[in-house]
Amino acid sequence: MSFSPPVIIKLPIWRRRTLLIVVLLGFCVLLGRGIYLQGIHKEFLQKKGEARYSRELKLPANRGIITDRNGELLAISTPVESIWASPPDVVASPNQLNALAKLLQIEPAVVVKKLTKKNHEFVYVKRRIPPELAAQVMHLGIPGVFMQREYRRYYPAGEMAAHVVGFTGVDDKGQEGIELVFQNWLAGKAGERHVIKDRQGHIVEDLVAVNVPQDGKDVTLSMDRNIQYLAYRELALAVTQFKAKAGAAVMLDAKTGEVLAMVNLPTYNPNNPVNINVNGRSRNRTIVDTFEPGSTLKPITAAAALESGNFKPDTLIQTAPGYLRVGTATIHDTHPQGLITVAQVIQKSSNVGASKMALTLDRQFFWGVFNQLGLGTPTHIGFPGEASGRLRPYKIWRPIEQATMSFGHGISLTLLQLARAYTVFANDGELRPLSLLKLNEIPLGHQVFSAETAHQVKDMLEMVVLPGGTALKAQIMGYRVAGKTGTAHKLDVGGYQKNRYVSSFVGMAPASNPRLILAVMIDEPSSGEYYGGTVAAPVFSKVMEGALRMLAIPQDAPNDNVVIPAQGAPEGEPEEAPEVKDAPAGKSVKEVQEST
Amino acid sequence: MISAFIKRVLYHIDGFLMGCLLLGMLVGLCVLYSASGQSLERVGAQMANMAAALAVMWVAANIAPQILERFALPLYILGVLLLLGVFLFGGISHGARRWLNLGIVTIQPSELMKIAMPMLLAWYFAKREASLRMSDYAIAALLLLIPVGFILKQPDLGTSLLIAASGFYVLFLAGLSLRLILGAGVLIGASAPILWSHLHDYQQRRIQILFDPSQDPLGAGYHTIQATIALGSGGVAGKGWLHGTQAQLDFLPERTTDFIFAVFGEEFGLLGNLLLLLLFSLIIGRGLVIAAQAQNTFNRLLAGSITLTFSTYVFVNIGMVSGILPVVGVPLPLISYGGTSLVTLMLGFGILMSIHTNKKLVTA
Repeated sequence: MSFSPPVIIKLPIWRRRTLLIVVLLGFCVLLGRGIYLQGIHKEFLQKKGEARYSRELKLPANRGIITDRNGELLAISTPVESIWASPPDVVASPNQLNALAKLLQIEPAVVVKKLTKKNHEFVYVKRRIPPELAAQVMHLGIPGVFMQREYRRYYPAGEMAAHVVGFTGVDDKGQEGIELVFQNWLAGKAGERHVIKDRQGHIVEDLVAVNVPQDGKDVTLSMDRNIQYLAYRELALAVTQFKAKAGAAVMLDAKTGEVLAMVNLPTYNPNNPVNINVNGRSRNRTIVDTFEPGSTLKPITAAAALESGNFKPDTLIQTAPGYLRVGTATIHDTHPQGLITVAQVIQKSSNVGASKMALTLDRQFFWGVFNQLGLGTPTHIGFPGEASGRLRPYKIWRPIEQATMSFGHGISLTLLQLARAYTVFANDGELRPLSLLKLNEIPLGHQVFSAETAHQVKDMLEMVVLPGGTALKAQIMGYRVAGKTGTAHKLDVGGYQKNRYVSSFVGMAPASNPRLILAVMIDEPSSGEYYGGTVAAPVFSKVMEGALRMLAIPQDAPNDNVVIPAQGAPEGEPEEAPEVKDAPAGKSVKEVQEST
Repeated sequence: MISAFIKRVLYHIDGFLMGCLLLGMLVGLCVLYSASGQSLERVGAQMANMAAALAVMWVAANIAPQILERFALPLYILGVLLLLGVFLFGGISHGARRWLNLGIVTIQPSELMKIAMPMLLAWYFAKREASLRMSDYAIAALLLLIPVGFILKQPDLGTSLLIAASGFYVLFLAGLSLRLILGAGVLIGASAPILWSHLHDYQQRRIQILFDPSQDPLGAGYHTIQATIALGSGGVAGKGWLHGTQAQLDFLPERTTDFIFAVFGEEFGLLGNLLLLLLFSLIIGRGLVIAAQAQNTFNRLLAGSITLTFSTYVFVNIGMVSGILPVVGVPLPLISYGGTSLVTLMLGFGILMSIHTNKKLVTA
């Protein structure tokens, strides 16, 4: 090896040292950064890291179903899938994107736009689609596109049972009706999984044991879906025919107090609850709205009079000359009746007769009757927004008020309260509590009137639908019917309204042993007809007849029992509105039908 | 007889350096096994890369520096020509034109430059050392800037800066005056705004994101954020081998290549970090010793440059992964997966060994 002797550029010692120091300094910086990240800042970073892979998964619980008393579905949750994507992970060919857009019926450009939001980790592509369609989407096998199970509530009975069943919101929470009342019962308890997920969203492992979801429990309503549908159909026909603003009907099982049907118009579609507050469509008027019932309260006056011992059904009352002065006010009968019995006061619906009976009663006793019948107090049926109506304390009653209350003015109540009050006439004087849920045994009631009184009033109510009564149109072939009409002027700002009425009929059948009670109320019929006997009684007749036959309740009358009124005979009943000059009710009772 | 043969085969292998390198590679295989999702295939491929790289190292160690010196200029010219070829016909991958397809193999000429550059400058200064003038530094700087410019244009900011650094080390070791260095520094500082405007958008973005990774947490800042989270998750003691969450669950990008240090840091913690830096320090220390003991200018300049370039790699990669430097595509020496850079690296160490053992020969 022959090399020229090495010649060396003199490398100053400081250059070597500088280099060494620079290298060491660099490594110290790295070490310092390591200490900062892994020693000082580590908790924050560890938390951040955990947030990237640790996931709490909600396992949705199945919401319970709602059925009618016979197990017919009224509300059920059906699984739907939502397609979502993690745009940074999406790898798709134009063909795949087109197929995706076609399946989901979205514009391809919209799909592309959604899937290219690279700075988003989560976008919904389409929510709530049928599982079969979702399966087809997943079959496309596009990485970064996922599906997520959700539940959609479906209401098979739709708008006809909407007010009772209610509906749920997007988050599957009850918003109205039974769905709201029984939210916790129906909802069940969502389960949880604490898992580790990788970046693609695949579950790698469970960190803790899976908390299995507990499905919600079912609710069985007292409602009979067939009767509900019948009542809805007939009420809707009447509301249309008489050009009414609204209508409501409640049918009770007279023995158990179960609500067999509860319908309201106008209504809404719970499967698509939009604009539900227009025209009070979402209001369950039978429970949340109060009104002055008018003559349908007269049977209670009669019962109270009988209970007082001062009257018998055949006690004669002078109603001539067709009006009665009470203080400065005058009470009128439209058709003066002269000397009539207590029973005829009910049959003919005489305001003067009812007032005369009421004025003989001790006001505390009379108030007590109303109170025991549940007027002025909620029914506690368990429905949101229940109104209690207004029964003023007897201590401030004046004679004129005591008189008008006898025929249902100066007192307000809900249709449900009215129907419940009639249970006393069907149960030998015993008032039954109400239930929206199916009951397995007859609940305890409490005695308001003696059995004798109850029977006597029920007999009077039977006369109402017979010739000479106000509601021939409430008759049913093969069944005896007992009931009472009501035609009340509506109370509004400025007192009673001349041309606005609430027409009603409350009755029961079979009269020999009442099994069903039906209350019908038509609000502001505007076709010219407005008598309860003309507008509400036919609805009662059709619905009650249908229900009696559906439930196969034995007939208690021959098939030729129905009496057709002679042509041109005066039908209906006298106008009942009190012509009270100082209108005491106007001050004490709130606006009748609904708060606007 | 056999032992004598082994002794002859290993004659040019520096025992201490070799031990450190093998240790580093072993660590690299372990981390790769974890980072690749326990893929034996990947580990096997990397072992093949290592075998090739060791072979290259052995060959280089057995070539006398004098021969290398003779090849300095041709190698440099070849490198520049190849870079020109890349510039004109290169294959594009990931938006950059870095590869040249030679029919049988595709090569990355910028890798060749990593060795050719310091060799050329060392050769140049060794040649000119008797009559070194200011103009020589200017010529050297020009020789340096030609390939750097090509590589910058590919664009490959990381590699061009590293090659510029390797050349600069030679200049510095060759005695480039401090005043000039300071002057150049001032000049670069002054021209920074102009340079900035010449950077590609993505390069500008990377530097911006360095200062605030949260600007774009799902885009360009994602790498940095995920890497720092992985490092921090490791804490002092680490989560243990194969137990790093960020890498195992696929949250960490480029985790077998440029960002493998994040995997290492998460699984072995600050202590592992410290030990790895110690290992690198030992290698660098050995390299500097070899440089200091080198018997001629070429050897000393080349050995110094190779060693310092190695430390630059370590610093840039770890700095980038731990978020104090912008994201530039620089692998972690010995640890990152990949054949080309490993071969280049071991070629350098082979040259170091050759320089060291040939010093012994000369003095013997």
